[in-house]
Amino acid sequence: MIKKGSQIVCESLLREGCDVVFGIPGGAILPLYQALPEYPELRHILTRHEQGASLAADGYARVTGKPGVAFATSGPGATNLVTGIASAQMDSVPVVIVTGQVNSWTIGSDAFQETDITGITLPVTKHNFLVMDASEIASSIKEAFHIANSGRPGPVLVDIPRNVFIQEIEYEEPGELNLPGYSPNFSGHSGQIRKAAHLINESERPVIVAGHGIIISKAYDELKELAERAQIPVITTLLGISCFPEDHVLWTGWPGMHGMAYSSFAIEEADLIIALGMRFDDRITGDPSKFALNSKKIHIDVDPSEIGKNIAVDVPIVGDVKEVLTRMNTQIVAATHPAWLKRIDVLKKDHPSLDIPETSKLLARQVVKDLSEETKGGATIVTGVGQHQMWAAQHYRFKKPCTFLTSGGSGTMGYEVPAAMGAQVADPDSTVWSIAGDGGFQMTLCELATIAENRLPIKFAILNNGFLGMVRQWQEIFFDSSYVSTAYTGNPDFVRLAEAYGIKGIKVTDKTQVKTAITEAMEHDGPVLIDFIVEQEENVYPMIPSGMTVYDMIEEPVSEKVTT
Amino acid sequence: MKSSEKHTITALVEDRAGVLNRISSMFRRRGYNISSLAVGKSESAGLSRMTFVVDGDAKTVEMVVKNLHKLVEVIKVADISEENAVSRELALIRVKCDVATRSEIMQIVDIFRAKIVDVSQDTLIVEVTGNEDKVNSLVDLLDTFGVFEVMRTGTVAMSRGASFEQDKAVTSPRILENAS
Repeated sequence: MIKKGSQIVCESLLREGCDVVFGIPGGAILPLYQALPEYPELRHILTRHEQGASLAADGYARVTGKPGVAFATSGPGATNLVTGIASAQMDSVPVVIVTGQVNSWTIGSDAFQETDITGITLPVTKHNFLVMDASEIASSIKEAFHIANSGRPGPVLVDIPRNVFIQEIEYEEPGELNLPGYSPNFSGHSGQIRKAAHLINESERPVIVAGHGIIISKAYDELKELAERAQIPVITTLLGISCFPEDHVLWTGWPGMHGMAYSSFAIEEADLIIALGMRFDDRITGDPSKFALNSKKIHIDVDPSEIGKNIAVDVPIVGDVKEVLTRMNTQIVAATHPAWLKRIDVLKKDHPSLDIPETSKLLARQVVKDLSEETKGGATIVTGVGQHQMWAAQHYRFKKPCTFLTSGGSGTMGYEVPAAMGAQVADPDSTVWSIAGDGGFQMTLCELATIAENRLPIKFAILNNGFLGMVRQWQEIFFDSSYVSTAYTGNPDFVRLAEAYGIKGIKVTDKTQVKTAITEAMEHDGPVLIDFIVEQEENVYPMIPSGMTVYDMIEEPVSEKVTT
Repeated sequence: MKSSEKHTITALVEDRAGVLNRISSMFRRRGYNISSLAVGKSESAGLSRMTFVVDGDAKTVEMVVKNLHKLVEVIKVADISEENAVSRELALIRVKCDVATRSEIMQIVDIFRAKIVDVSQDTLIVEVTGNEDKVNSLVDLLDTFGVFEVMRTGTVAMSRGASFEQDKAVTSPRILENAS
């Protein structure tokens, strides 16, 4: 059957289970867009900026566990995607991007809106393709989805010249995958698994550090089984948050630069670290040469290049964490570790990182805590990057798996708007709260139009302190309070801004109004933006300065605890 | 930890546009140093073989191997530094020469089992094949007469004995685990 390249793209996407595409048309990709009406099953969401499309695809992918898809045209359309692509790469999120390219015969001539997007995205994609003939489209898209969502997931870009969308060929279904250089190992090595189980059974002070890998491979039950059987405290990484219920007695917070102090100390005092689907990021380790020197380490990850990268490990296991845990758990002997669990309780008591000072002021932390209570820890929380992100991670008590979406590795400010969009599209019945900073929110707020247009009932909580808060905090602590270029004195009236988009806006300036505003937002059938005018110079504690150790931790000064 | 050493890594890769770019981009991004790189077609159609000589300690080389293997178009990787391997490179050396020095240069060329492949009024081009040290020594010796230009292919290497295919699928993660 004769088909056009554009039709083959659409049919290939449908075959891979894609039902939503985020994107913006333009000259080079127009032939693909003109084919979309033939495929009503493929819902297209018109974003207002391509960065919104790639970040929305990220949010969609995290919630559904299947690749998010974004379209953009050549040149600036494609380059605008890059921040979202790099974010997905850092956080191992499966995203498939289709970009239009200039006509194949003009590639290399600096044609209008030509840019070498496969070259540009080479270091920030898991793989990419430049498809020069329509006969390669079906196999490239099939391979793109396979690569994006197997092994360690990541973004894959498929660049297609304009004429290839128009090219008509005798269409054939794609054959078997032909990727001789790509075969992720899922099962783990039996001998290593045995060694790991032995270390766990011998250990007196074990901790689990559970990362994003648990969520990606949905190993929630296996994690719980391991923790409960041997009574092992569970610490999560920032991206691992929500992989273990935070009302569970073994939940021990998250560690590192702004994590709970007791969590960082537990890692330091442990005799065994069981690292599951995580990568010993520098925000966790601080100075890697001084990190957790008292413990042996088991590291389970599907990406062999993560093992031994930052921290030397005793038992490396390359494999899918769910499969490896399933096999390992059968070899774990029931244990109770009473002295160790008692020690963890003492650490929690001695380092009460989650206490909020008594004050009449409106603290950002208090907003998050109230939100956690009002939503009973069951909402999907999407954040940007900075102070509000850390407070969200600290003070929201997650009860449901895969409900914390945040840009961890790349720290992409502005993630909170488009990723919330992707999350809401992925699960229309879920309650999605975007906890935003006034800085990051303004980087992607153009997507409010997309949200209004698609009637996505996202609730925004802007923790508005009129600063690039985390940068200001660094200036306060490390640069003698010299606030260079961090005050946002020209912020818009966010309530009126929301209303301009037809979105309900609520302003909160007083502590007593917080819960009422949250309830009002939840009862409103549609998107709502709450502008919380919070204390301007509140700091995130604890804090381990970059590259330092747990012993250099700054906990909340007492003077700040008694503000009135 | 031993500081900088040279390691030889070979890789079988798909012969496609952009593959070299992907590989060199990975080296650049991760900050690994390539001291020599040679690429050519392999015995199988559609596949090329590369030889890298990499500066770094054992950990760096392990990470290079893992990151090479992570690239979709890289099919096999082998670290043959510790192996009983044959390594060779070819160099062309343009050396200054006159009637007085010609015979002495020819003697040196002879000792190195090199060849003179071009002669002009004031220069010779010497072709030499050997491992890196041999080429270095010849260049040093000829430099006493005046070396104008050196062109080197970079090292290619192959382990002795059993074939690459049977011997060394070293980078399948399972085998790396066994090694550790």
